[in-house]
Amino acid sequence: MTMNEKKKNESTRTTQQLKKLAQEIRVNIVDCIGSIGVGHIGGCLSIADVLAVLYGKHMRINPSDPQLDGRDRLVCSKGHAGPAIYSALAAKGYFDKAELKTLNKGGTKLPSHCDMNKTIGVDMTTGSLGQGLSCAVGMAIGSKIRNDGSYIYAIVGDGESQEGQIWEAAMLAAHKKLDNLIVFTDYNHMQIDGTIEEINDIAPLDKKWSAFGFRVFSIDGHDVDAIDATISRAKKSTAKPIMIILNTIKGKGISFVEGAKVGCHSMPLSAEQCELAKKEILAQAII
Amino acid sequence: MKYQMLKDMLMRDIYVDFIREQIKSGDKVVALEADLAKCSGMIALQKEFPDRVINTGIAEQNMASVAAGLAAYGFIPFIHSFGPFVTRRICDQIMISICYAKQNVKIIGSDPGITAELNGGTHMPFEDIGVLRSIPDILIYEPTDNVEFKKILPQILAHVGPVYVRMYRKVPPSVYDENKDETFNLFKAKVIREGSDVTIIASGIMVAESLEAAKMLEAINISAEVIASPIIKPLDTETIIKSLKKTKAAVTAENHNVCGGLRSAVSEVIVENYPVPLRCVGVKEKFGEVGKQAYLKTAFSLNAIDIMSAAKEVLTNK
Repeated sequence: MTMNEKKKNESTRTTQQLKKLAQEIRVNIVDCIGSIGVGHIGGCLSIADVLAVLYGKHMRINPSDPQLDGRDRLVCSKGHAGPAIYSALAAKGYFDKAELKTLNKGGTKLPSHCDMNKTIGVDMTTGSLGQGLSCAVGMAIGSKIRNDGSYIYAIVGDGESQEGQIWEAAMLAAHKKLDNLIVFTDYNHMQIDGTIEEINDIAPLDKKWSAFGFRVFSIDGHDVDAIDATISRAKKSTAKPIMIILNTIKGKGISFVEGAKVGCHSMPLSAEQCELAKKEILAQAII
Repeated sequence: MKYQMLKDMLMRDIYVDFIREQIKSGDKVVALEADLAKCSGMIALQKEFPDRVINTGIAEQNMASVAAGLAAYGFIPFIHSFGPFVTRRICDQIMISICYAKQNVKIIGSDPGITAELNGGTHMPFEDIGVLRSIPDILIYEPTDNVEFKKILPQILAHVGPVYVRMYRKVPPSVYDENKDETFNLFKAKVIREGSDVTIIASGIMVAESLEAAKMLEAINISAEVIASPIIKPLDTETIIKSLKKTKAAVTAENHNVCGGLRSAVSEVIVENYPVPLRCVGVKEKFGEVGKQAYLKTAFSLNAIDIMSAAKEVLTNK
């Protein structure tokens, strides 16, 4: 085998591993939300691929030492995607998968919205939209003061981007030249009351972030290779924070959830539907 | 350099000196400002320690959540703005990013109540205590004077959890003698004058007014006990109830709306523990307005004479 062939083989293996992890995260999401029969499934499924790339490859973390100093951190600013984060954490071994089925049950460690004091591996409490990105900016400033070389990742919702605080955070991140801050927008074009375009359009999103001083990428949010390559490029960027716009489909991977359109923000899931959903996810060929 | 008596210092300088000491001696404290570093005096430190003093510009919501992120990273952030902008304006950020997330952030709100003077109604917080008092875990502290504030600041830092401080910026009325070795406990109220007929419970600039009222009452043979209650949440129930068991009548005095502030806190404690008649001095369901302190004290009935009247009145209900 030539060097090039070796490299190609390695990269194919990485792709397969990341796709497999994304698949596992989606199955976990179904188990997690299915256990209580209702939840924010749409916006969880739309970020499964980026979570697979972050937890599967890029984040400097150690599941057996979740509070590791100088670790990379992820703030899920769209806090209602908690079940997606839990699904990734369980896949990485932060806690037992059986725990996923305690979602939203009284006394659970897995509440609908992310809570750093309840869930091992969750880096910030979120749920009141707009605040998480500011928290991530605070962490990125903290990392710069400590000079520990860590990266702070944040995922914001497209609907969440209607919050003024997102743009306050953006302005400060660029002003402070936080090139250790990598932000993703889950651009699935849907919010509770309708499409983003119907309710309060955020377009042109790339130009907005660019004008706010970010280096902007816009990619297919379900293409693990594209996400992987873009994060790698982002890490080489200096003096500017990064915005990676993930063009996504709300409910991605389960056809009846995708088909529910704006209705999939939070929707009921019966036991039969869960079985169907998992079959569909697992039927996706990994190539 | 000539030594400056504490009582002659601007209260803000005590705050800034404390932060300077912490930045120099440790790696945890950071200070955040939202374009009022000139007003707090923090501007000098911002130039001295650009990494540790972070100015977010006029974006208080962002400042609060950025501070929470810094706290999650292991820092102890102190955030400052004028009282209303660091409380009611960012109530949800305080609630979620800071308190619910259990982040160790200290909140400094300057110019409490009528001390906002010429900035007027928009900048004059009469509701900040009320807004924050229903949030679990947060401490609410209003310094009595410079001597106390200087000794309490290290305790605020040592306390793990959010603390809101209603900080006067200028030279406050002096209550304690700095040459006496007075000790203070963040969680305790203090009997600063003993009496037997009525207990006056006061905070902030109203403590000095209460002492003056007690003297006036003495002249008409009414013996007033005065309690300085800088800690409004959690209220020092023990000290207050102990005094009321002796005097059996209460007057509260505060530079805040009586609805939601010290009067409310004291009433709750009295009703549950030892019901006695109570009258209050404070802002009574009014918005702020512009003016110098002397005018505002009269406009909102916050003078010693108002405390005296309330004490006389409450005695008739005993």
